[in-house]
Amino acid sequence: MSLDKRMTAAEIVAQLSDGMTIGIGGWGPRRKPMALVREIMRSDLKDLTVVAYGGADVGMLCAAGKVRKLVFAFVSLDAIPLEPWFRKARESGVLQVLELDEGMFQWGLKAAAFGLPFLPTRVGLGTDLAELGGLKTVQSPYDDAETLIAMPALKLDAALIHVNRSDWRGNVQVFGPDVYYDEWFAKAATKAYVSCEELVDRMEDHYPEGAQDNLFERCFVSGVVEMPCGAHPSSMPPHYGWDMKAFKAYADAARDPGDWSAVADRFVGASEAEYLESIGGKEAVAALSLPIF
Amino acid sequence: MSDITLVDLCIVACSEAFRGNGEIVATGVGPVPRLAAGLAKLTHTPELMMTDGEAYLVEQPVPLGPRKYDDRKPAGYLPFSRFFDSAVWSGRRHAMVTPTQLDRFGQINLSYMGGTYDKPKTQMLGVRGFPGNTIYHPNSFFFPAHGPRVFVPQVDMISGVGYNPAKRVPGGNFSGVNLRRIVTNLCVMDFGGPDNQIRVISLHPGVTFEEVQAATGFELAQAENVEVTPLPTAEELAVIASLDPHNVRASVLKDNPPAVRAAA
Repeated sequence: MSLDKRMTAAEIVAQLSDGMTIGIGGWGPRRKPMALVREIMRSDLKDLTVVAYGGADVGMLCAAGKVRKLVFAFVSLDAIPLEPWFRKARESGVLQVLELDEGMFQWGLKAAAFGLPFLPTRVGLGTDLAELGGLKTVQSPYDDAETLIAMPALKLDAALIHVNRSDWRGNVQVFGPDVYYDEWFAKAATKAYVSCEELVDRMEDHYPEGAQDNLFERCFVSGVVEMPCGAHPSSMPPHYGWDMKAFKAYADAARDPGDWSAVADRFVGASEAEYLESIGGKEAVAALSLPIF
Repeated sequence: MSDITLVDLCIVACSEAFRGNGEIVATGVGPVPRLAAGLAKLTHTPELMMTDGEAYLVEQPVPLGPRKYDDRKPAGYLPFSRFFDSAVWSGRRHAMVTPTQLDRFGQINLSYMGGTYDKPKTQMLGVRGFPGNTIYHPNSFFFPAHGPRVFVPQVDMISGVGYNPAKRVPGGNFSGVNLRRIVTNLCVMDFGGPDNQIRVISLHPGVTFEEVQAATGFELAQAENVEVTPLPTAEELAVIASLDPHNVRASVLKDNPPAVRAAA
């Protein structure tokens, strides 16, 4: 087997098929593999089940009608709390959903990563989640006999993740203040595809001092593609912050004109090169300051 | 006296929720709860832990508003990637949040309102971490506009656990459910009434119980001695101002009213 896992974004998307369950790494408007999401937007893929701590990735896939079912705990752009395109999709009644607590969500990814049917948790009891999501309970076989929710494995056919660095073999380095649950998206997936800010041939020849940032091992990586600025408009610390101006334009377009097909070109572009040029190129992205909380 | 604002009074009232909480993570979501957690840490409860709002634990609360990215001084690390392990599912946290609705059982909603679940009239954020927060650690609430659309008889979607006996799954462990304090622009309440009924424990200066009851969609209890919510001290005002140099808090309450209402 070839250890050279380099692919183009289009080749990665060609590995996906209609009806698949796709996990998308990152969190809200942070560390999203947006270049790969845009490549899906340019494709004919449809009927996807999307599993994500959602931001504009979820919003635009919903807006384009590519999502049959969404597994989520929230969809938000932080400073724009309610993701308007997701909202439209929900309020039009076209989406199937499985709504989860943020902690249950990562628990479901872990169950999938470990090949378990479920993992028990107290979370969800006393709320409407179990009933709405069809989640079942289990009873502890020990003396406590506690009733717990059996959080089902969130098994992914594919995961898309944007990382800081990778080499050709899929040795990634993932750093920044927070890497969220990207490790568990990778491990919950049959195949994980990674886009990166910087691709090198052999990691050990370039950044051996960064080995502790190897968030998940290369056996979990099926394909890599270099996509500088690939998280734009979401943030990718320490390289660049989020582009709130771009998010605002995207959110405003949900009101006026409110029709995705009329604005898709602006937020997706015919190619990634064209998209990057339309937002002012790499220099403009590099100049986006890191968000202050 | 007249230059003291109601929002500063609310911040002090919110900070009391964190008094004596010990070495736990105090999370205030939104300007008032966040300033309240910072105030608590810098005055009566220095052992509180808190984050910079991103990923690092700080011993000096981070001020609101524009600053330089590296102005924080990290003392520890608590990213989302280990938030459930370290803070939520260990019970070592007290969060103060502002849900869209709260009902008579203290159940909260952040998911959707109106219509049906399959086709909501208004989709909101999603339940976020509310189900886990409410079953594992203490929670308090701040509402800037006390009214019947916030305080409803029954929330549209139960996103956070309350004291509703009908939602107690047999065999479930609900010992972590601990709703503490509700601060609004009118009063301070807790869950200390009969069967955890929500009750008014203090009224902000010039507010009557009847006014609060009329603005609430369910019946409230009253503490034995309903007090007047105390005004901030000069020291508290100075700490609040230092944590909010751009006066973000001035835009939280409608018209930024004074703490003591002008005589009618």
